[in-house]
Formats: sequence, C-alpha cells, structure tokens
Amino acid sequence: MVTYPNKRKSFKRDIPLHLMMLPGVIILLIFSYGPMLGLVMAFQNFSPSRGFLHSKWVGLENFRYVLGLPNFWEVIRNTLLISVLKIIGSIVVPVIVTLLLNELRHTGLKRSIQTIVYFPHFLSWIILSGILIDFLSPSEGIINKFMTVFGIEPIYFLGDKFWFPITMILTEIWKEFGYGTIVYLAALTAIDPTLYESAKMDGAGRIKQVWHITMPGLKPTILLMTVLALGTILNAGTNGFEQIFNMYSPQVYKTGDIIDTLVYRLGLGSAQFSVATAIGMIKSIISFVLLTLGYYIARKTSDYQIL
Amino acid sequence: MSRKIFNVFNVSLLVLAALSCLLPMINILAISMSSSPAVAAGKVTLWPVEFTLQSYKFVVEKPEFMKAFIISVLKVLAGVPVNMLLTILVSYPLSKTRAEFRSRNIYMWFFVVTMIFSGGLVPWYMIISKMHLIDSFWALIIPSAVPVYNVVLLTNFFKSIPKGIEEAALIDGASHWTTMWKIYVPLSSASIATLVLFSIVTHWNSWFEGLILMNSPEKYPLQSYLQTIIVNRDVKLMTMQDARVLAAVSERTSRAAQVFVATIPVLAAYPFLQKYFTTGIVVGAIKE
Repeated sequence: MVTYPNKRKSFKRDIPLHLMMLPGVIILLIFSYGPMLGLVMAFQNFSPSRGFLHSKWVGLENFRYVLGLPNFWEVIRNTLLISVLKIIGSIVVPVIVTLLLNELRHTGLKRSIQTIVYFPHFLSWIILSGILIDFLSPSEGIINKFMTVFGIEPIYFLGDKFWFPITMILTEIWKEFGYGTIVYLAALTAIDPTLYESAKMDGAGRIKQVWHITMPGLKPTILLMTVLALGTILNAGTNGFEQIFNMYSPQVYKTGDIIDTLVYRLGLGSAQFSVATAIGMIKSIISFVLLTLGYYIARKTSDYQIL
Repeated sequence: MSRKIFNVFNVSLLVLAALSCLLPMINILAISMSSSPAVAAGKVTLWPVEFTLQSYKFVVEKPEFMKAFIISVLKVLAGVPVNMLLTILVSYPLSKTRAEFRSRNIYMWFFVVTMIFSGGLVPWYMIISKMHLIDSFWALIIPSAVPVYNVVLLTNFFKSIPKGIEEAALIDGASHWTTMWKIYVPLSSASIATLVLFSIVTHWNSWFEGLILMNSPEKYPLQSYLQTIIVNRDVKLMTMQDARVLAAVSERTSRAAQVFVATIPVLAAYPFLQKYFTTGIVVGAIKE
C-alpha cells in the first residue's frame, strides 16, 4: 500500500486525460461491450418477450444443436475454402504486380496504373455488386457475350454452384490487389538502393536481383499481411459478408453460404436468436485464438507491434 | 533483346490489369447513357449507343433516390466530425507513456478487445433497440462513433511526435487540452486528413446499419436503398409512375445510372485519397 498516495496523486494529475477518454469509452461500453453481455443468450432459449432474466437456461443445448446442423459443416468448409484461396490470391497477385510495376521505367505509366488499380478498394460491395451482377450476367453480361464470340457456352457466374465461390475469390482479389500493391510498393522504398548497385557490380542479372534483394526485402511485409489475414479467416475475406450477402442466392447456398450469412439468416431471418448467437460465439473464440497466434508469430518474426 | 521482350510483355500485362479495373466501370457508364432499346438489343459495350441522359433524368427526379442521397450526405456531414472528434480525444491520452498517463495500458486493452471480440449481430441489434435508436437517423452515427482502427493509427502517429515540443509547452503552463489542439493536431494534419477521407468513404459506403436499423425504406441512406434496388430487385419500392417511365428508361439503364451517381462522391474524393494514402498506410499497415 506504499504506492497508494502516489496512485492518488497520479490520478489527480491525469484527470484531464481521463475526461478526454470518457466519451469514447462510454460509446464502446454501450455498443461494443453491451452486446458482449448479450452473449449469455447463447446458453438460453432466448425469447425477446421474456428478456435475459426470464428466458430458460439450456446450458450447451444450442451449441449441440449447431454442431448437429447438417449445413453447419458445409458452411464451415465453404468459409475456409473461400478464405484460404482469397488469402493466397491476395498475397500472390499484389506481389507479382508490385514486382512488375517496379520494373517499369516510365513513371507516368506507373503512376496511372497504380491510380487505376487502387480505385475499386474504395467502392462498396453494393456498388460493385451492381456492376458485377450486370457485367457477369449470362444473358446480358459483356463477359459472356465476349465468350460466345469464341464459341464458349455462357456461364452463370453467380448462379452456378461450381462458379460462385470461384467468382467470389476472383472478384475479391480484383477489388483488393491494388491496395495490396500500394502496401508492397511502400515496403520496396525501404530497401537500400546501394544493395542493387553492389549486386550489379558482382554481375547479378535482373532476375537474380529480384530474387536475392527485392524478395527478401518484401518478406517481412508478406509475412505480416499473411498473419493479419489469419485473424479474418472465418470471415471469408476482408468483407466476406458484404460481398457474398449481396451476390448469393438460394441456388448457391451449398457452396457459397458462409458463417456470417448463415448467422444473419438464422438471427434476423428466422428469429433463432440463441442459435445465431451461439454460432457467432464459436466464431469469435476461434478467430481470437488465430489472431493471438498470428500476432505472436508476427512479433517473433518481424518485430511488429500494434499497441 | 530479351529485356525488350520482357518490357513489352510487362507493359501489356500491367495495362491488362488496369483495364480489368476500368472496363466494368466504363461498361456501366456506357449502359447508363444509352437508350434502353439499344441496351436491350445488346449493342452497348464500352461506348454509349444512341446517347441519352434519360436515365439520369429519371434518377434525379426519383424522390426515393434523392431522399436517400440526402440522408447519405447528412450521414457523412454528421458522422465524420463525430468520428474525428472522438478519435482525436481518445488518441491523445493513449499516445502517452505509462509514466505520463498511469491508466494508459488498461485503456488501450479496453479498445483493442473490441477489435477482436464482438457480441454478434443479435445482441448488437437488441442494445440499439434498447437505446431507442431504431428508425432514428442517429443509429447511423452513434454506434459507429468510435472507429477503433483509426484510433490505433492516430495513436501511433501521435507517439512519433517529438516529446521536446510538448514538454516545452507543458512547462509554459499549457494544459493537455491546449497541447492537443495547438501542437498535436496541427503537427499531424496529413494523418488527420487521411483519416477524414477514410471516414468519409466508410460512412458513404456503409449500408448494413441502414438496412437493419431502419424499419421504413424512406429512412435508408443511399447504399442501403441501392442494396434493395440492385441486389434484391425489390419491386415494392417502384411506384406506378416508375412503371410508366420504365418504357423509355429500362430497369437496367436506370440501375446503371444509380450506381454511377452513387460512385461520384468517391470519385470526387479519390484525388485527395491518392494524395494522402501513403501517409495513411505508412502510419498504419507497415509501421516498422
């Protein structure tokens, strides 16, 4: 208790700082921590008319029900498959584009390309869905029209079980590769140019330079982006819900339904509040474990610190 | 010689990548400016056929669209200052060391936990309904008033400001309040500009809150309205008058025009986003 007066003194000193924190803290307490209390409904048979206090406690019943749902495992499989392929694509494509852009000597062209490819990142999935639904349509879409010129049968990209997940993966990579490119280009500027000079003196060609200088220079950023993506693996992409919710339809549920869209339909569609919350909770816990693991690895390998 | 071949290959590949981002937008623009028979006949690809602005006239005269557009503008005008004020107020104390602000780490964890855990959709909805915000404009502003990711970015930037300046100010008797507004904020104007732009884009683009928290479509912001029109093809939102005009303006051309009008604000903000994004990203994604 020796520190007591000290603590009190520092509290008094810090009052203005506490006051600055107050509005933000209140908002988060209500709208972020408040809903966390609501997680108790995962252990109840919750009905809004009875409220949290009078709903019946059912223990792990909801979790058992979720694990027994035939489409639950299907949804997990879809989510993971879409996620993993999106993560791989959204690392590989921007890195390749960065390396290619780096070889461009014409700065005007380089800047124009950067400007164009970065743009889709800032459009909402609503706008992009509007564009893509038209663009990919089997009867009116320009892509399918183009393909029929070459005698290829029209493909129903958004309505076919096989093509839907592929379309989701490709359109997300398409939307975000420009953003990734900017990040990797920023990382390139940190590479010491004298390294290239001395490599040239030693007779290393362009490919050797890329492999032995550029790639190792990008490695920490690549690693970091991968690790951060791990935390979102159950979201099926950075904004998987927004993307899939706006483009899917019942005929592609088998391959396109993900955890968040299922939670939405159960929770707000068919009013199974407790079941939806139980699934959300399972998801939250797994994401937390993955994120902690990822953060730990990132810290060990690249001294990355968020806080 | 092989270098030359590579260059040709490289430029064409990159131009192709850029075109892939550009063509869908040009396609939608061309459709919105073409006559509906030409569109229906499949004549429109990248250039308007039988140029007309009928679809735009239809959209601008459509009261639902304009109402939603105005709500979105108001949402940005009210939401962005609230976001920025709270972000600055919170980031300043968080950028202090533990010696300067004893409870700093506790607060930091308090914020970070919200990035990792959430109560999920249903409890979130219930809290907002308990606060009597359902159907209220403020439901689009208050629950998202503290963008925690932006707080992390700005805190990191504030931390990089040399302590010497601040110490001098504090010795001269400046309060934290003055130090924050007179020293920290002006010194980080580029970062703050980035966050303002990000906040504008986020507010403009968000649609889920509007869709879920507003019971009547007249209260939807633009993106929520577009969600019902474009994605759900909700014909209930079409009025009789719409049906009449639709003979001249097809559903497809009007959809294209609405998509394009909703993109204009982002296009307008884009040059500024371009100017500032490197600062934003250097502060954030690859802080090393």
